[in-house]
Formats: sequence, structure tokens, C-alpha cells
Amino acid sequence: MVSGQSVRVKSYSPPGHVRTPYYLRGKTGIVERVLGPFPNPEQLAYGLKAEPQPLCRVRFSMAEVWGKATDNPSDTIEAEIYSHWLEELDT
Amino acid sequence: MPHDHHDHLSPSGHPYRKDDDVELTYWQTMEIAVRELLIEKGELTAAQITSQIDAMDARSPANGAQVVARYWTDPDFAEALLADGSQATRDMGYDIGPMKLIALPNTPTLHNVVVCTLCSCYPRNLLGLPPDWYKSRAYRSRTVREPRRVLSEFGVELSPDIEVRVHDSTADMRYIVIPNRPDGTEGWMQDQLAELVTRDSMIGTGLPKHS
Amino acid sequence: MTASGRRWHDMGGDASDPVLPDEHDFALWEKRVDALLVLCNVKGLFTVDGLRRVLEDMGPEAFETMSYYERWITSVNQNLIENGVYTIEELGQRMEEVKMRGNTYGDAANG
Repeated sequence: MVSGQSVRVKSYSPPGHVRTPYYLRGKTGIVERVLGPFPNPEQLAYGLKAEPQPLCRVRFSMAEVWGKATDNPSDTIEAEIYSHWLEELDT
Repeated sequence: MPHDHHDHLSPSGHPYRKDDDVELTYWQTMEIAVRELLIEKGELTAAQITSQIDAMDARSPANGAQVVARYWTDPDFAEALLADGSQATRDMGYDIGPMKLIALPNTPTLHNVVVCTLCSCYPRNLLGLPPDWYKSRAYRSRTVREPRRVLSEFGVELSPDIEVRVHDSTADMRYIVIPNRPDGTEGWMQDQLAELVTRDSMIGTGLPKHS
Repeated sequence: MTASGRRWHDMGGDASDPVLPDEHDFALWEKRVDALLVLCNVKGLFTVDGLRRVLEDMGPEAFETMSYYERWITSVNQNLIENGVYTIEELGQRMEEVKMRGNTYGDAANG
């Protein structure tokens, strides 16, 4: 994963402790920068040995996330998403 | 136990607050019991707890304001802060612990605002504890969808040609907004400038005071 | 959790009320809860992720009816029990002793 990469957030909804907001699932954005690696919170939360994961700051347009149901579709949202939640897209 | 504790100071050296005089709650009872068990088991000492509270009380938005003012006045520092926010603030002498900090500079065409939709992540090691509204359902829910409406409730009206960028603090990083330096402050010293930097301007829900 | 799999704490994008500029100074007992969670985390007695997991599992009713630090001490305790720092029996006994010391926080904390 590198900055500038186009990515889609996985759209599944497993139960349990995850740090990927629901409103971003299935949405497409651009990796702004790559951070980490950080231990996977989905294992840490249950007291398990956690595998390190790259963490990506992904930038989304409001239009992509909300369509027209937002107060300015050209505004943006950034969030940190662990790489196992991201699918790389061809651009 | 009818002894008078009103004249005493708490173990951290602060006066008791009035909550000490209202009826003991279940959760307060649990806090006392948990704390005593941790001390008895040798996991923590009373002194560690006291000094942790003192360290927390010493943190305030004044720390962040100094970081912002230095960013405005010291180009080398500005570059270092953008490259590695944690290290740059540590080098300024702030005890930010393991916090990983990203600085988000506003520009004339970009306004940053920070929220945590999943819980209440906040750069507490630099700004102190978050205000109640930051942890509220209203702020956490609405800021990612209608940031301009939320900002206007804080008295911040932005023209449509300024991009609003919402940062959802979802994982390991913490964020501080670097507001635009107010006009008319050319030649000001760092300490003077820091007086203009409000807490909310570093969250993105406010602007610095005018010069 | 709803049928979509979305969990209650994951509230980004929901409609809600205007943001009220609420603030309060924290009470001593609240600061102590905060100090316990920071120190226990540093010491490796639990993770912040474990704390969040319990807060989430407590559900929306706890979010609406309990204060912030009431929820946090509940989660701190749950994590310490899960990790074997003390037992439920020890906690129960100690809470009874604390209650016997007096009717206010000041008396109970210093009895």
C-alpha cells in the first residue's frame, strides 16, 4: 500500500470490536499516507497476540460517502483504516 | 464515619470537590475498591496515582497553543511538526507519552476539523481532557456528515470555496489543527501569539482570537 | 446491533440534536478513574482496545444512562477481572467494606 493508491473499504459487517466506521464500508477513497504498522485492534481487544498491520489514512469525498445528503459534497473526510479492511483498486 | 474532611486536601494536594459530600454511588464505591485492590496487589502505588492526576491537571490547551504559535513563528519547527508531530512536540518538552500526533494545518482554502465517531479519541496528552460536547452523540454523529452545520453551531461560518476536511480519529493517531495565523500579528512573539490560540481552534470547531 | 450489522457506538452520519457546548470540571473520583486506566494500560494490565470492547458491549443503554467515568470504571474493572488481577469475590468484599465507611465519597475513600 502506498500513498495515492485508490482503495475500497470492505463492506462486510462482522460482529465484534472493529475500528472501521460503518459509514465508510464499501466506499472508495485515496490513500493519503501509510502509517504503522500497528497491532491489529481486533485481536488486542480480546487479549490475543496481535499481528502488526499497516494503517492507512484514506481520504474520501463527501459525495462518495453521502451522495447529496451532506452540506457540501466537495468537502472531504479522512479516516485511519487498517490495511486488512482495504481492497486496492486499479486506476 | 463522622469525621470532618472539609479542611483536608485530597492525596493529590487538591481541595475536595463538592461531589465528596453527595451520597456515595455504586460506581464511586467500585473506583475506591478497584484502586485499593490495585495498590494492595502491588500493581500500582498511591503515589503513582497522585502524580498521574497531577500530570493530567497540568495539561491544558495552553500546551497546544504554544505548539501552534511556534509553528507560526519558526519555519524549521513547522517542517519538523508536519514530518513527525510526536517527536516535534516531545522536543519542545511536552510529555506526550506514547501519543502519535499528526498536525493538520489550515490554509486559506482548507479548514480541518477533528472528531471521533467510534468513541472519544482526543490529543489529551497535549490539550488536556476533552470537553463533554466532544464526547456527545450529537457531535460524534453529525460532524462527518454535516460539518458546516455543526461548525455554524459553534459560530464558525465558512465560505463554500473553503474545503472542509473532517478527520475521523478512528485508530492510533491523534490530531491537532493548526489554525491560520490571524492577520495583523506580524512581528509578534510566540507567547503573544499563543494567547490567541483557543482550544476549539485546535479541534477545528473554532478560530483563533483576533489580534 | 441492528440487522445491518452496524453497532450502536458506530454513530458517524446519524441525525442528532444540535451540539450543546457542555463542559464540566472533573471530580476527584473521575480523575482517579482516568489515572487508573492510564497507569494500568502502561503497565500492560489491559489494552485500550480491551477497554473499548467492553464499553461497546455494554450497549447503548449504558451510554445514555451512565456518565462517562461510570462507564469507564465499569470497563476498567471488567478488564482487570478478565485478566486475573483480582477476583470478583475480592471486589465484592472490598466494595462492601468501602460502603461501611460512610455515606459520602470523601468518607468512604478515606475511612
